[in-house]
Amino acid sequence: MKVLVGVKRVVDANIKVRVKSDGSGVDTANVKMAMNPFCEIAVEQAVRMKEAGTVTEIVAVSVGAAQCQETLRTALAMGADRAILVETDQEVQPLAVAKVIKALCDKEKPGLVIMGKQAIDDDCNQTGQMLAALLGWPQACFVSKIEVNGDTAQITREIDGGLEKLSSKMPLVMTTDLRLNEPRYVTLPNIMKAKKKPLENVKPADLGVDVAPRLATLKVAEPPQRTAGVKVDDVAALVNKLKNEARVI
Amino acid sequence: MAILVVAEHDGARLKPGFLNTITAAKKIGGDIVALVVGHQSSAAAEAVAKVDGVSKVLHADAAMYAQPTAENITALVLTLAKDYSHIVAAATGFGKNFMPRVAAMLDVAQVSDISDVVSADTFVRPIYAGNALATVQSKDPVKVVTVRIASFDVVADSGGSASIESIGAGPETDLSSVQSQELTKSARPELTAARVIVSGGRGMGNGENFKILEALADKLNAAVGASRAAVDSGFVPNDYQVGQTGKIVAPELYIAVGISGAIQHLAGMKDSKVIVAINKDAEAPIFQVSNYWIVDDLFKVVPEFTSQLG
Ligand SMILES: Cc1cc2nc3c(=O)[nH]c(=O)nc-3n(C[C@H](O)[C@H](O)[C@H](O)COP(=O)(O)OP(=O)(O)OC[C@H]3O[C@@H](n4cnc5c(N)ncnc54)[C@H](O)[C@@H]3O)c2cc1C
Ligand SMILES: Nc1ncnc2c1ncn2[C@@H]1O[C@H](COP(=O)(O)O)[C@@H](O)[C@H]1O
Repeated sequence: MKVLVGVKRVVDANIKVRVKSDGSGVDTANVKMAMNPFCEIAVEQAVRMKEAGTVTEIVAVSVGAAQCQETLRTALAMGADRAILVETDQEVQPLAVAKVIKALCDKEKPGLVIMGKQAIDDDCNQTGQMLAALLGWPQACFVSKIEVNGDTAQITREIDGGLEKLSSKMPLVMTTDLRLNEPRYVTLPNIMKAKKKPLENVKPADLGVDVAPRLATLKVAEPPQRTAGVKVDDVAALVNKLKNEARVI
Repeated sequence: MAILVVAEHDGARLKPGFLNTITAAKKIGGDIVALVVGHQSSAAAEAVAKVDGVSKVLHADAAMYAQPTAENITALVLTLAKDYSHIVAAATGFGKNFMPRVAAMLDVAQVSDISDVVSADTFVRPIYAGNALATVQSKDPVKVVTVRIASFDVVADSGGSASIESIGAGPETDLSSVQSQELTKSARPELTAARVIVSGGRGMGNGENFKILEALADKLNAAVGASRAAVDSGFVPNDYQVGQTGKIVAPELYIAVGISGAIQHLAGMKDSKVIVAINKDAEAPIFQVSNYWIVDDLFKVVPEFTSQLG
């Protein structure tokens, strides 16, 4: 089975972004970028399935600017076999990404697509579900465990009240949750090997996809800041504050 | 303009987020029609009919909706979509699962997790773990919107008298089926509806130690939450996770115990009215968003706190 994995290049999870003073967006110039953590979990899942013999080929896909090549090289160093960059300098929103990956699926015919549940920059949590819809495939979102047996998959997914067991037909689009696995670190030899793996470059127009944004961002603002609090010396003082000052207990 | 709000329930009772979602729908403006999808779910439909602001309930009751899949709910919503300017649901695990599927089938964007309504086509949504608030305008003919429940008040769950119309089931797809659910049992309030939350982090050391938080929570009639580190370490189940990629909460009082205050955790709780932190590290970032904090060993502070509450 061939697997396609969607990887997004985002601002590193440890960085607290700043809003630009003109309100046009957040400042991403000279900020450390990385693969979206949920996409790392997605690549790791694909690699483990290949190691287990269920998967024969892993294709990593990223939609965005030329620099997404770095993210794809990381996916290749983790164990993906080849990569496709769908290059555009335009802002790409989830529906556009889903359409692009749908077009690639029509060509590549994977048996499984693995995406992250959420990109930590736009916090949309949409793209995998949208792709499943466009393909007319089942979806398994927020997955913490999956076993594929021929043309069905047994899935455990995280829901608000606990866990849900889902049985699904293949082909399938799944999105990863945090408990699915712990991604491996890339090693230097694997980074070297990744440099020789194929990385194809296409444009959205080559796939016949219009990626024009549907949502216009009118402004981006700082969230309200909390007022400074106080350190209290002991529990008695805390209880007193909560009762008589904050009046919440 | 008419707004279709998809209700979340357990067959008998409404899930808390629905009442907040109606507040958002009222702010959008227009007739509010609620869709109740379930099996043997008349009690849920009746509960929705009483909710303030709902003008009509569409009730689709069928065995296939006992534990509905995203594919089947989507298929049903699509049969109704043409009559509505907005399709709205809470940004809970339920809403996040099927709403983007609906949007893609309608070839429109989804506006995820809105924290405010500016106008019928313009919404505010947090991005980058809540470190920025984007105001976005949808140009699509139908607005598919999910609502951050912590950002909206609840409407009254009584006083309304909407009519209930039974509608047939939508098309059934056999793409996937729910086999079972393992739900965390608790007599405490739900995290996203609780007035007080007591959360534990890696500092709790193990799952057994969460008992001291539960004792505190019981005194305060609080829900118990956790950081990702506490969930990943297996101290508590996944549904306890508060944060950017877990549950977003904004209770009257949030007590963070043995939690450092990573960006991703703050994203899920920094809109709480009053925040208390207990941490032995005097430099813990959680203090930057706290109203009150104690620098000390939690194993000393928490039992003392519980006993002083009498
Ligand atoms: C993609 C992604 C998504 C994430 N999503 C989330 C999310 O939704 N929610 C979330 O919480 N995190 C999330 N995280 C993880 C986040 O970055 C932090 O790793 C996590 O919040 C840390 O949890 P913690 O504060 O419990 O642990 P730590 O950072 O290890 O902090 C433990 C704290 O306990 C204190 N402590 C230890 N012992 C005691 C004691 N005896 N008495 C008092 N204090 C004590 C320590 O001083 C320390 O401050 C995410 C990370 C990534 C990359
Ligand atoms: N530009 C992109 N390129 C490749 N994959 C993407 C892109 N945007 C989103 N995805 C995939 O969709 C997931 C969810 O993103 P989102 O819906 O934006 O939160 C990510 O974890 C990726 O797997």
